[in-house]
Amino acid sequence: MLAVESLRVTFRRDRAPPVEVLRGVSLTLERGATLGIVGESGSGKSVLALSVIGLLPRNARAEGRVLLDGTDLLTLSERGMRDVRGRRIGMIFQEPMTALNPAMRVGVQIAEGLRVRRGLSRGNARTEALRLLDRVQIPQAGRRIDSYPHEMSGGERQRVGIAIALALEPDLLIADEPTTALDVTVQAGILDILGDLVADLGLSLILISHDLGVIARLADRTLVMHRGAEIEQDATERVLRRPGHDYTRTLIDAMPRRARATLEAGRA
Amino acid sequence: MRRVPATLWIGAALSLLFVGAALLSRVWTPADPTGMNIAARLKGPGEAGLLGADQIGRDVLSIVMAGAWTSLGIALTATAIGGAVGTATGMAAAAGRGGFERAVMAANGVLFAFPPILSAILLGALLGPGAGTAILAIGLFMVPVFARIARGAALQVWSRDFIKAARMAGKGPVRISIEHVLPNISAQIIVQFAIQTGLAILAEAGLSFLGMGVAPPNPSWGRMLSEAQTYLSSAPHLVLAPGLAIAGAVLGLNLLGDGLRDLTDPRRGQAA
Repeated sequence: MLAVESLRVTFRRDRAPPVEVLRGVSLTLERGATLGIVGESGSGKSVLALSVIGLLPRNARAEGRVLLDGTDLLTLSERGMRDVRGRRIGMIFQEPMTALNPAMRVGVQIAEGLRVRRGLSRGNARTEALRLLDRVQIPQAGRRIDSYPHEMSGGERQRVGIAIALALEPDLLIADEPTTALDVTVQAGILDILGDLVADLGLSLILISHDLGVIARLADRTLVMHRGAEIEQDATERVLRRPGHDYTRTLIDAMPRRARATLEAGRA
Repeated sequence: MRRVPATLWIGAALSLLFVGAALLSRVWTPADPTGMNIAARLKGPGEAGLLGADQIGRDVLSIVMAGAWTSLGIALTATAIGGAVGTATGMAAAAGRGGFERAVMAANGVLFAFPPILSAILLGALLGPGAGTAILAIGLFMVPVFARIARGAALQVWSRDFIKAARMAGKGPVRISIEHVLPNISAQIIVQFAIQTGLAILAEAGLSFLGMGVAPPNPSWGRMLSEAQTYLSSAPHLVLAPGLAIAGAVLGLNLLGDGLRDLTDPRRGQAA
């Protein structure tokens, strides 16, 4: 359903030559499949995600093609892109601290898209928001719906972030480092929810992480990126067991020993 | 709950004192602020009324109270208008970015470069002196101040992920500015509002000192000062009363603003 073809992104800079952040990346994603994207900070993972949903900063320029069911998103107008964002593609952000508006109750934030895009009444949107909070396993959703973000834990906030991304029933979810800011135990819960969504709703998922353990848990296929270029791309099994490239091996070696042991146990 | 800073208490108390005096003057003053009593002419504090009488025998306390209404009224109106226009402009600049932002901020820079008293004299010459002119002149001077603060704060908010989430929900820049940006910068705007109102009182006093404020016989602190100059050595209370009123009101609003800032900004609170 999603095909990215030799995507290049360059950033214009003041008083400096432009920098190329993505140097021709290609990928394909089938319906209901999960693609993991790994790489160190600055490898261009997030820029890739932002170019797919058309939220690149103004000084960035994207070339190549981003095909969603055959439509090239890079050629769409801002108005056309607005119909894609949220409805076709949902996005989950890294920092649950900054991904929620601190001055707005979480229920209202979940209901936002429903009211703006689907024209639901306040009451219907609230009912729907409640259902979404249940869906992402927020306990006592009926009481929590009127909480402010600062009254919630990091894990709960990230669940709310997922609920927001799900609100408009997109068929593709992009999760940009969804667990990086969370405790390990909370991470597992979030990853389980994402896995359930893919299984139950048949969503496609792009999971961006610097953590191979996270990728190994959910992704069918994995794209390894380094300095804006593709290093390798294949079934996650193959990439982790028989890395085809030194850089991938470095990433695997950089994992904590215990996590690596889990990975190796999985191979046996 | 964080401890309320002492500056906030003092500032709030002083500000309330002046607001209270201004409101009270609408229903009651010790004497008629425009009523002359030649017998009491230039009498000192205690000899005629609590703060004495002026060169034509009016009760100074009554004029100071009635003057508070004029000063605060003009200052608050001017700051409200300038603050609203400036905040809207700054938020629009932050939302628009690019060429529009540069144009808006350049226009603000030009406005900022004009000495406020000079532009007030210019406006006074065009429109004639009066409360309206004072409000317009002071309000105009407030626009770039608020525009800068609003833009800076709004830019910070725009860089956060929940703005991206709002765009994912299909909201345009105007709705995002009003529903997401404004509530998150309102603390900074309110702090600035208190401080700028203090400055506006000073500016209003300056304008009426130069004869461009409200027309006599409407009481005004600035004009009291200018009329009292002649009697500086013989009746110093005529200078002290309005002078202390201006200083007290400005100090109160500044402390109030600083206190609110300490209360809303955790980093400053720890440093203090």
